[in-house]
Parts: sequence; C-alpha cells; structure tokens
Amino acid sequence: MMSHFLLLFIGALLVNNILLIRFIALCSFFGVSNSMSTSIGMGMAVTFVMVLASSVSWILWHFILVPLHLEFLQISAFILTIASLVQFVELFLKKNSPTLYRAMGIYLPLITTNCAILAVALLNVLNNFNFIDAIVYAIGVSGGYTLAIVMFAGIRERMSSAPIPKAFQGYPIAFITASLMSLAFLGFKGLFGL
Amino acid sequence: MKRFFRPFINGILRENPILVLMIGLCPALAVSSAAINGIYMGLAATFVLVGSNFIISIIRKFVPNQIRIPIFITIIATFVTIVDMVMHAYAPDMYNILGIFIPLIVVNCIILGRAEAFAYHNSVIDSIGDGIGMGLGFTLILVVLGGIRELLGNGTLFGFQVMPVSFKPVLLMILPPGAFLTIGFLQALQRYRGGKS
Repeated sequence: MMSHFLLLFIGALLVNNILLIRFIALCSFFGVSNSMSTSIGMGMAVTFVMVLASSVSWILWHFILVPLHLEFLQISAFILTIASLVQFVELFLKKNSPTLYRAMGIYLPLITTNCAILAVALLNVLNNFNFIDAIVYAIGVSGGYTLAIVMFAGIRERMSSAPIPKAFQGYPIAFITASLMSLAFLGFKGLFGL
Repeated sequence: MKRFFRPFINGILRENPILVLMIGLCPALAVSSAAINGIYMGLAATFVLVGSNFIISIIRKFVPNQIRIPIFITIIATFVTIVDMVMHAYAPDMYNILGIFIPLIVVNCIILGRAEAFAYHNSVIDSIGDGIGMGLGFTLILVVLGGIRELLGNGTLFGFQVMPVSFKPVLLMILPPGAFLTIGFLQALQRYRGGKS
C-alpha cells in the first residue's frame, strides 16, 4: 500500500514531471521564473491550490456529475469551480492570514488560467483515482512543478550575467536551458519500472 | 475587406502568439512531435477562438464589466466541449494522441486573451477576422514546429518518407527536449532577422 503511494508520488514528481516532460503550465514556467523568490512563491501557491482543487473537483465529479449523468459538463464545471475556488481562497487569505497572503497572494489570480490545476483535475478522473490517490498525485505533481521552476529560476539568475549572443538573449536561451533540463529529467525514465 | 484582413495578417505575422507574445506554449510544445498533430490541434483552437470571439463580440454590450471573465470562460468552455465531443466521435485516433490538450484549450491564454483584448471592444466582423488570423498563426507555427521535429526526428513529413534512407533520425528531436530546443532556435532566428531589418 505504502509503495503504491510512493510510486504514484515519484512518478508525478520526477518521471512524468508536469513542466519538463508533459509540457503543461509552461506559460508560468517562462513567465515568473525571473528570480528565485517569485518562483518559490508561485510554487507554494500552486501546491496549495492544486491539492484543494483536486479534492473539490474529485468530490464534484463523483458525487454530483456522475450520479446526475452530467459527465459532458466536465470541462465547464471544473474550470468554473477552480476559478471561483481561487477567488475564495484569495479573499479568505486576505482576511484571515495576511502573512500567507503577502507570500503568495499576488500569484493567486495567475493560477486560474494555470493549466496544471485543470489538468490534474481531469487526469484524476481519467486515471480513475480514488480520493487518497488524487491527493497524493496532486502533491506529487505540484512538488514536481515547484522543483522544476525553482531550479530553472536559479539557472536563469546565473545566466543574466553570462555573455550570450544577442539573438539568443532572454527567451531563446531560456528555452535551450529548459531543453537541457528536460533531457536530464528524461533520465528518470524507467526509475522503479515507471 | 481591408478591415477584415488587417487583424488577420497581424495575427499571423506581427503578433504571432507563440513566437512574439509567448502565450499558448503548452499545446504548441506538447503536440508538435508530428506535423499532422499540429494541424488538428491548430484547427481545434481556431474553431474555439472564432466561436468565442463571435459570441463575445455579439453580447459585449450586455456583459457587466465586473463579471466578464466568468462569462468569457463559460462561453469558451462550451466551445471546447463541442470540439472535445466532435473529435472523440469522428477522429478517435487523433483524440487519443492530443489527449488532455483538447480540454486544456479552455485555459489556453490565447483564447481568453483575445476575448479580453479584442472581442470585448470590437465589432463582430473584426472579431471573426481576429479569431481566424490568430488561430491560423497558431496553426502555422504548430505545423512548422511539428514539421521540423518530424523531419529531423523521424525523417518523414506528414507521414511520408522525405529524408534519404541513409539519414539517421535524431530521436532526441521527437522527445520532449527537442520541442524546447526547436522553439528556442526559431525564436532566436526571428530575433536575428528582426534585428537586421
């Protein structure tokens, strides 16, 4: 039982890393990875919202959409739930936990259109995960997101002082860096037979 | 006619979503391992873009400013559901290849971005032109990206053998790292040309 969760977690964290292998949520990967501190804040916010959104969408799917035979509403229902959930979390944090709000508040609006959150909600349904599986999977995926974006921000900070050909400055070199990181993550393929 | 074509050309060249605006990257990178995938993905996104731009530009006078985003998202999600179901029924092979990226069109920044930046402020005709232009710009770049990766990584183009038999395919190009590498070089090329003129 424990090894099942461990495999699910490692698989989501490293082997099928959401950013570098699956190519989901790349807009934020290139958009907010300019400095270490912003990428850590973004990683925290994504982790928090992803776990919350996975559990809420799992409940929505299994207790409302399936019993009422409304499966075709999946996309609309999930995206609206996630969007309103993010708004609610933002208001709640603003009122009750100013410290946490300062740490990740400004990243919350960005998360509504972060495809990773919707993708994990959809993948939970697609893979027929039970509730605990869904939570473990969401933690693994968001851990992988945080790991990749923080490493990438670290490299980009170093690169800002490196001599780079003019045409490659900025985004092009960032893409090539991401390519090399993706190559490294490809090396995890086959780990524990995943 | 000119009014219809200006946003159209603009979307393909000057404001190409992937290379210039840097939005809508996820599907561009994920499905571009073959040129044909790019056509399907691009056309699916174009359909959603034109449909949502059309509806939003019709109802823009009645939409209260405060709740416009949820309304936009609902409209977009409806069109995505249509695409999802049609592809599932009529192109099941392609549906399996594109997989989760079909429902993810709903959070594609290009579509919400155009709804907010263009369709909400412009007439119906202009919005349709903008939708087609942006959609085709997106499709074009997906096909170019997919074509380069397929040619180098598999020696084929749209499934036909193009490279001579002695050509050794670079497997890396159709794996995930190849996507980042190709788009990085394409962007550098565009900057290099832009810097010269």
